[in-house]
Amino acid sequence: MELNRRQWLRGIFALCGAAMLPSRLFAATPAAFKATDAKAVFQDLFGDLPIEESDAVNLRTPDIAENGAVVPVSVSTDIAGVESISLIVDENPNPLSASFNLTPDAVPDISFRVKMGKSSTVRAMVKTSDKVYMATREVKVTIGGCGG
Amino acid sequence: MAAKVKIRGKLSGGIAKIKLLIPHPMATGTQRDADGNLIPAKYIETVTLYKNDKEVLTANWGASVSKDPYLAFQINNCVAGDVIKVTWVDNLGDTGGGDIALK
Repeated sequence: MELNRRQWLRGIFALCGAAMLPSRLFAATPAAFKATDAKAVFQDLFGDLPIEESDAVNLRTPDIAENGAVVPVSVSTDIAGVESISLIVDENPNPLSASFNLTPDAVPDISFRVKMGKSSTVRAMVKTSDKVYMATREVKVTIGGCGG
Repeated sequence: MAAKVKIRGKLSGGIAKIKLLIPHPMATGTQRDADGNLIPAKYIETVTLYKNDKEVLTANWGASVSKDPYLAFQINNCVAGDVIKVTWVDNLGDTGGGDIALK
């Protein structure tokens, strides 16, 4: 039952994403921010683009975050033609945290801070026109940052 | 009226290094106040950065960006006098922003 419900939800999210595509090609769709697992985020943000782990994506986070409410994250890369940089925290209720759309004038080097509910895989996704490059890190959280 | 965005900019070799601090609660909608009541979701959804009124970077955010968001980024091909402007919109339609002239 659980699986069926999940698949059904995923289908709905995918549909929403597709419906929004024409008008919001360069924006992350709201559906991607509401998705509840990383795979659904990939589908919404990148469609069928191949995703490849790459050393060229430099993701910096602490190994251990004492305060999950404020986890500093930096993503940078030397890859040319970067269209967007997205950050996904797998274990958060909504894994997609942020998605940055870059013009050629923006350097692909961005730092900000995110909340993490608990220890999780963190993924930096760098999208070009024909491929998505990914870097992952495991971050341990001592005190969760999602309240409750 | 939202508190003003704090912006610092440093120009070196044509690249502007910009740091922002945006005073904002970034409430996820799952947190509770001292009396146990849910705090309604209020978070910034879109931040747009402009160089001389030309869009250079757009950030789409979820509620999991930390309270009082910090953002550091860099812009190519800048010269002294260029104006870097930031605007934000949250999920309730509130807006804010600020700007800085590079020196």
